[in-house]
Amino acid sequence: MIEQGSRHGSVSRRTLVRGLAATGALAGIGMPFVARAAEPIRIGFPTPVTGPFGAEAKDQIRSAELAVKQFNEAGGLNGRMAELLVRDDKLNPGEAATRTLELIEKDKAHFIVGALSSAVQLSVNEITRSRKVLYVSISQSDTINEAKDFSRYTFHEALNPHMTTAAVAKHTFKKGTRVAYLAADYAYGHEMLRGFKRAAAAIGAETAGEILHPFGAPDYSTFMPRLRSMRPDILCICNFGRDQANSIKQANDFGLKKAARIVVPVLLHNQRLAGGADAFEGVVGASNYYWRLEETVPSAKAFNDAFRAAYANAIPTDYGAYGYTAVRSLLMAVKAAGDTDTDRVIAALEGLTYDVAKGPERYRACDHQAIQSVLITESRKKSEMQGEADLFRILEVEAGSEAALRTCDELGHRA
Amino acid sequence: MTSAFAALDLELIAMQLFSGVALGAVFVMLALGLSIIFGMLGIVNFAHGNFFMVGAYAGVFVMERTGSFWAALLVGPLMVGALGLLVERFLIRPLAGRSPDDPLLLTFGLGYVLVEGVRILFGSDGLPFATPEELSGVADLGIGYFPIYRLFVVGVVALVLVVLWYGLERTRLGLIVRAGARDPEILRVLGIDIQRLWLWVFGLGIALAALGGVLAAPMRSVNPEMGNVVLGEAFAVTVIGGMGSLMGSVVAGLLVGIVVSMTALVAPEMASIAMFAFMALVLLIRPQGLFGKPGLGV
Amino acid sequence: MQTLDQTVVDAPPGAVKPRRAPGVAGFSRWRAPLSILALLTLPFLLPSQALAVNVLIYGLYAVGYNLLYGYTGLLSFGHAAFFGTGAYVTGIAIGAYGLHPLLAMGLGTVAASALALTVGAVSIRSRGIYFAMVTLALAQLVYYAALQASSWTGGENGLRGFTVSRIGLGPISLDILDPQVKYLFVLAFVGAALALISRILASPFGAAIEAIRENETRARACGFDVERSKHLAFVLSGLFCGLSGALSAIHLSIVPLDSLAYHTSGMAVVMTLVGGAGTFFGPFVGALVVLVLEDVFSLWTPHWQLALGTVFILFVLFLPRGLWGSALERLSFRRRQS
Repeated sequence: MIEQGSRHGSVSRRTLVRGLAATGALAGIGMPFVARAAEPIRIGFPTPVTGPFGAEAKDQIRSAELAVKQFNEAGGLNGRMAELLVRDDKLNPGEAATRTLELIEKDKAHFIVGALSSAVQLSVNEITRSRKVLYVSISQSDTINEAKDFSRYTFHEALNPHMTTAAVAKHTFKKGTRVAYLAADYAYGHEMLRGFKRAAAAIGAETAGEILHPFGAPDYSTFMPRLRSMRPDILCICNFGRDQANSIKQANDFGLKKAARIVVPVLLHNQRLAGGADAFEGVVGASNYYWRLEETVPSAKAFNDAFRAAYANAIPTDYGAYGYTAVRSLLMAVKAAGDTDTDRVIAALEGLTYDVAKGPERYRACDHQAIQSVLITESRKKSEMQGEADLFRILEVEAGSEAALRTCDELGHRA
Repeated sequence: MTSAFAALDLELIAMQLFSGVALGAVFVMLALGLSIIFGMLGIVNFAHGNFFMVGAYAGVFVMERTGSFWAALLVGPLMVGALGLLVERFLIRPLAGRSPDDPLLLTFGLGYVLVEGVRILFGSDGLPFATPEELSGVADLGIGYFPIYRLFVVGVVALVLVVLWYGLERTRLGLIVRAGARDPEILRVLGIDIQRLWLWVFGLGIALAALGGVLAAPMRSVNPEMGNVVLGEAFAVTVIGGMGSLMGSVVAGLLVGIVVSMTALVAPEMASIAMFAFMALVLLIRPQGLFGKPGLGV
Repeated sequence: MQTLDQTVVDAPPGAVKPRRAPGVAGFSRWRAPLSILALLTLPFLLPSQALAVNVLIYGLYAVGYNLLYGYTGLLSFGHAAFFGTGAYVTGIAIGAYGLHPLLAMGLGTVAASALALTVGAVSIRSRGIYFAMVTLALAQLVYYAALQASSWTGGENGLRGFTVSRIGLGPISLDILDPQVKYLFVLAFVGAALALISRILASPFGAAIEAIRENETRARACGFDVERSKHLAFVLSGLFCGLSGALSAIHLSIVPLDSLAYHTSGMAVVMTLVGGAGTFFGPFVGALVVLVLEDVFSLWTPHWQLALGTVFILFVLFLPRGLWGSALERLSFRRRQS
């Protein structure tokens, strides 16, 4: 019956529905199918509208809505439209779990896409996998790739710390470079630290020392004397968000930036805005997307143009772009599957190669990690910025490759 | 190698001690306002951390308009202090005669309003705040390098302490305030308008919180949530020092700074927990805090 | 003892207004069954089952909290420690040790009570407002400890990997993934807890804690063992909050670190006060109103906390007895007039 639907692809939706209804009524089993054919494709989208990452959430929503709009304007799935159900997860995993339950039980969402923090991502994943609902995560963490949290319903569109740290290290570490690490003492910080040290070992860089700081600490002054005494060439700051802004600023105050180069695993648009140009000047990090990628990548140009047209000349940001790449690729898979049936869409996503904003991407079979390019950027000096949005200089675009991921074996996936 | 390390370690320990004292000065600043308001009005201000945050934003606001850090340092706390006066007059005063829990609950709710108000006015992302030009850079202390700005903060806190001490111990007004903290009824009998006194003391406490916020702005990023962690720290310090005791706030603030700093040297990831563990220890030995009087708050 | 309960309730208000609204005579015997009946209608009134289960869980959490704040008069700002401990221990017992979910929940509740016994021993010694700060600070200690013990708790990522899909009860096996079954399962526990709390409040102990709330010195003079009663009230309060935490672990199939955070402690205070401190059903009304407001407001605006904070301030200023407390007061006023 599904195949029948797609064969009638060119027929207008109304005729199709009417025609099928007649056939179905005759067959005596058609009613449920008619209801389904008219039913929109519902994508639940939990994102932290409230709280410190409100700006990122807003960008994610706008990008995701753009993807839905483009899908619908192109005729949807044989006339079947997509619909984005945005929910505020408040950056709270408990809230996210409740919202996800609602999306599945009450709103009958077919798919879930979203989450920004890794704790929220893992909580959404816990709900979706036990209810066998496909989930595309857009939060950068290593944990979700590991066999313990993975399920066949889990897809990971975001980069992970292993990928970003490897790319940053490759570009900044040399043989014999002395590297000091300041890492947040929680899973995400540990993941970044592990990634850097692993890359350092391969390159032959030396560890000058490492300090774990409490997660969410507002003051880093007590770590600075020790970091300084390590006399590093490079200071690796492995934390995120407010912690990153605070620690970079304070490392600056203590004159560490004059003595060493500061590198971070993730360098984000909105975080740089909040931290200021002076504090971030010269800091090197990685990201999934930066709008000036449009100068070299055609799909980035197309994405930026569509975004600018839809949102009064605004440009998409890194975490925002995840909303687009995730929803767009999911809807491509739905189209390929010809239906919203979870198993068929999983198969379609597994086989999909898509280039929607940043060059070709595909999901690896064992852990459903999106293999994609990593951008290495450097925060610009205030005087060198060409316009307000010109925050970074792209140092390099590391092409996507499976070699940049941890092996399936290592993650605990059995072949 | 070992001898070089020993020399380095001694210097490092000295430097660490110094960082602890400097951090402690920030804690003192936070605890002072909380303690003054409690000592005088018997109110635990649950919005204290949020007023600290509003202070930082007021600093940003003034800085953006005048371009002067000094103006921000002066005008910011005054603006927030004025807000404090309004809060006392229209929100706290109507609760007179009710359970002492009620002002606490009210300020708890006020905290939500302040955070959300700032998010609406300034966005939820946070704002940059550069260290003033004349105070940026590092100073060589002989044992290591330390930001000039942080030395300046220690100086400001010391100055505030001296002014407060002089005001309380050497002036007529201070005498009245101290008497009021001990027995408000006596003051009333003597014909002193205690309502007005409470109003100004509350405003002063809030202005001190805001001053802490402006001082912290160049060290930390300015964001709507910056007051949340600070509230826990300020509470820990005042509980350790003894609620309502200014001396307690000063000693406890410095002690906590040193405890956190020394923990950062040996087990950095335990630096946050150290503060609360220290507090639990003090509570077990002296439930009323180091300088508190037993039975306080009955 | 029923009579003593009544006298305390009907005593003329002193300098400090009693938070508890005057009870309606004869109502207390029926309050638990009536509450359960009311809660049975929730899934039909609320937009989603998941929200309804949250109302049950947070309602019980607030009821447990109310035992200490509303009935004993002790304002704690650290009850997240008990909610979170109940949840974590339940989750760990299922996930790491494969315990039967019911046994795990029991263990979680016991662990929360044991923590309450310890925290109570330290904090009961401090009085008045000081008590609020000490409980808050100790709860922060528990929070940081859970963050550090990430090999047990999952740290900031939260505890997961213990999803319960079926619970076997002898011959029957409940499908917990079915939202209706889950609602009834949680309600069974909440109902039992309510019946127990009703009994506790009607007992001599219930009279003792209310006497302490009204006037500690007088209660002492009347021969009540004030310290022990306070401590017992603290432990019982921790027990019911722990049970609500255990239920939340089963409901969400995760335990977020936030369940130990300051915000969660604050929620107990907000819900209890909005509903009506010192009333039996008030905390449920508070949980319902706060959660529904949050749900509705957050669909309209990201600034829902502004509304929450303002509503809370208005309640403290103008409606200190809360919604349910004020309603009961009007009801009994009318009865007395007729």
